Amino acid sequence: MSTIHKIDRRDFVKLLGLATGGIVLGCSIGTDEKNFIPTKDSKGFHPNLFIHLEKNGNITIIASRSEMGQGIRTSLASAIADELEADWKFISVKQAIGHEKYGNQNTDGSRSVRTQLTPMRKMGASAKMMLLAAAAKKWNVAIEDCSAKNHFILNKNTQESLFFGDLVAEASMVAVPSDESIQLKDVKDFKFIGKTLKSVDLKDFTHGTAAYGMDIRLPNMKFAAIARCPVAFGTLKKFNKRYAEEVTGVETVFELPRIIPPTGKFFGMFGGMVVIAKNTWAAFQGKTNLDIEWNPGANASFDSETFKKTLTSRVHSTGKLVPGGHGNVTAAFEVAAKLIEATYHVPFLAHSPMEVPNATAWFQGNTIEVWAPVQDPQTARSELSHFFEIPEENITINVTFLGGGFGRKSKSDFVVEAVAISKKIKAPVQVVWTREDDIQHDFYHATSAQYLKGSLNRKGEVTGWLQRVGFPSIVSSFKPFSEYASGFELNQGFTNNPYLLENFRLENVQAEANVRIGWMRSVVHIHSGFGINSFIDELAFVAKKDPIKFHLDLLGEDRITNGDSAFPFYSKRLKNVLNKTATAAGWGKKLPKNHGLGVAIHYSFYSYVATIVEVSVLNKKVKVENIWTTIDCGLALNKDNIKNQLEGAAIFGMSIALYGKISMEEGAVAQNNFYDYQMTRMQDAPNIHINIVDAMKEPPTGVGEPGVPVIAPAICNAIFNATGERVRSLPLSDLGMV
Amino acid sequence: MNLNLSVNGKLHAIEAPEEMPLLWAIRDVIGLTGTKFGCGVNQCGACSVLLNGQLTKSCSIPVSQAIEKEILTIEGTSKNLEFLRQAWSDGNVPQCGYCQSGQLIAATSLLDTTENPTDKDIDTVMSANICRCGTYTRIKKAIHQAVAIKNESI
Repeated sequence: MSTIHKIDRRDFVKLLGLATGGIVLGCSIGTDEKNFIPTKDSKGFHPNLFIHLEKNGNITIIASRSEMGQGIRTSLASAIADELEADWKFISVKQAIGHEKYGNQNTDGSRSVRTQLTPMRKMGASAKMMLLAAAAKKWNVAIEDCSAKNHFILNKNTQESLFFGDLVAEASMVAVPSDESIQLKDVKDFKFIGKTLKSVDLKDFTHGTAAYGMDIRLPNMKFAAIARCPVAFGTLKKFNKRYAEEVTGVETVFELPRIIPPTGKFFGMFGGMVVIAKNTWAAFQGKTNLDIEWNPGANASFDSETFKKTLTSRVHSTGKLVPGGHGNVTAAFEVAAKLIEATYHVPFLAHSPMEVPNATAWFQGNTIEVWAPVQDPQTARSELSHFFEIPEENITINVTFLGGGFGRKSKSDFVVEAVAISKKIKAPVQVVWTREDDIQHDFYHATSAQYLKGSLNRKGEVTGWLQRVGFPSIVSSFKPFSEYASGFELNQGFTNNPYLLENFRLENVQAEANVRIGWMRSVVHIHSGFGINSFIDELAFVAKKDPIKFHLDLLGEDRITNGDSAFPFYSKRLKNVLNKTATAAGWGKKLPKNHGLGVAIHYSFYSYVATIVEVSVLNKKVKVENIWTTIDCGLALNKDNIKNQLEGAAIFGMSIALYGKISMEEGAVAQNNFYDYQMTRMQDAPNIHINIVDAMKEPPTGVGEPGVPVIAPAICNAIFNATGERVRSLPLSDLGMV
Repeated sequence: MNLNLSVNGKLHAIEAPEEMPLLWAIRDVIGLTGTKFGCGVNQCGACSVLLNGQLTKSCSIPVSQAIEKEILTIEGTSKNLEFLRQAWSDGNVPQCGYCQSGQLIAATSLLDTTENPTDKDIDTVMSANICRCGTYTRIKKAIHQAVAIKNESI
């Protein structure tokens, strides 16, 4: 799958703007060799490959994946450096542009390490082999007599050593090793993998020098703000731009037509009224001063509270059968000792990364250059090529740091806006969304309703499980009139329910989309994790059993599901994280008055997670006191980074549980900014205890997302444990509980 | 109007409407982009600066109120800011990093006014700053660590 290529050094020196000379190695991930011929570019800003070693020993590693806080620049670089036997102090990381030669760059789905670890390790290993061969030739000894250690090649016979930087010329003459000849290190020999490395970007992050999208400044760059219809897909009826044009700093005001994406791909953009100004503030002011009348269109009467009732009534009657069930729930219910029913709700949610959507673009007739915080630069590039009819090779997407992504920045509508505006004004432009724009024009995490019905026998064992779910599909953003959740969405926790259920039936109900729907950190697992874990807790209570024992019993005997896939499901690993978390949290211990413990487990992005939450509830107000999370993510590449991700997931999950709600009235989003779409803050933050299972021999699985789905159900189960009150509809703020 | 702003000890003669929020004067007129836009309405703290030592949300005061005052942004330095930077690095605090400029400035203000802040002191001051990545527990630990570094350095 990966092939290593050596590139003419002179081309790269020129491209990287490096004067010191060096050796460059490249790795193509499932792409064609021609991609390794570097694109000529007068700006000299296009690093094309993954490793560049200079004579002074400095190594530049190219990060192909977008950095949005998940630490990927550090993690993948450390994998290369480990196999290369490099000294970490010589490593620096450079961000790749969006280009298919880097393989899939779509930074999404908690899959960067899962898919890139091996290719990146091979990159490092092959570079090391070339350095070994170069040194062997220099010493006139066999390669087997040489070894690499900490930026030196050692001669086993003479104890001589050669610095990596001093081997640049010789290594450049060495043939590139074949893919089959590359040997990767054994787990026990890892130097960086499985250890802790601090972020390579700490200095920039603590000095304000990391360049996010909004920090790009080009000569003669204009700033743009866009007024969009409050109702999704509404259009402009009439406007008065006079008061906008009167704002000091505003240059022009014009209409921006909507770009409708072709069915099945891309995102397009809403369109609206654009204000071009000398600075961001003037653009914002001009936008505020616009007097616009809109045609709200088909979604004008959409009301999310009414929709919640509609979805609820739909899940209360029979839906479409989802394949993959088994047994006969009706028969099981008929002979049940006890029947339990419950309906759960999650509202619409907005991503709200701290850095609002923004992009800087320069359309110059035959070429487009973009600087933007994008999770998926290649799709952005294809999308621009499609809409603006410029060949992809003439489009450069420079990926900046992302001030948070969470899925929002996978959708490149803000990039399309910047390019369309630059094309119109014939100047470089930066489009900046206000926070209100961000909250009111998102690709929302869908709202959902779920109805669960379960049966218990006299021993308190689950004999039947019926689950009906309804939520607007992500597919609706690509294919209008998609009114049922799709198979790939249901497979996020619903169809692949991990419990051993003798009689299991899943139904899907109609749920039309009246706003743009997108994926947000852990996606449909937010719904499935909440519904299933809440319901298990309810069943355990009725069965008069300890919730953890109930989970363990229902997971059944150790078994492997999807054994022939690259990532089979091991029920044992899910049980293991649950047991470990129970021990860490002291499950069963005597709790202070008004405190309660709640548990949730979830398998997502091939990782196994269990969480126990301790809450205190005083005068109906909930405080989250402690969160214990255990993850089994297979090979743990960078331990402290994983811990940081899981801590962050706990806080992100708390925001969903405590405050997360976007509502629509007459088609328009009712929330505006952080005062009415609230986030977890320092005063809410609990003690968080993270435990990473040692599974270094297993392939790495997801880290960024799997910590989220367990948080809301564990909090709600803890509230029940403390108070006897069951929360089935999020968020707690709606119930006056925070 | 023409006005002079002193940022991190350096004087900048700029032209900006007096009602322009200080944030945009710093970012778009002077060109120091370390101070971040997060909400524009004094809700998230990403734009925090010190104005004559006073913790200020630069998105919510007009630039005219900063004339003849000393502005400290994340590009600047102070003793406490350096202790905090060290602690932030030791604790590997940031994730995406975007809010950390504001977090560090707010924490600097906290240490400037409170020698040895308690968890409650930290909650009070730092709850004005949102971190969507959720690095709060690390920030809290790092503030305590900065105090420890400071005490060791004396």
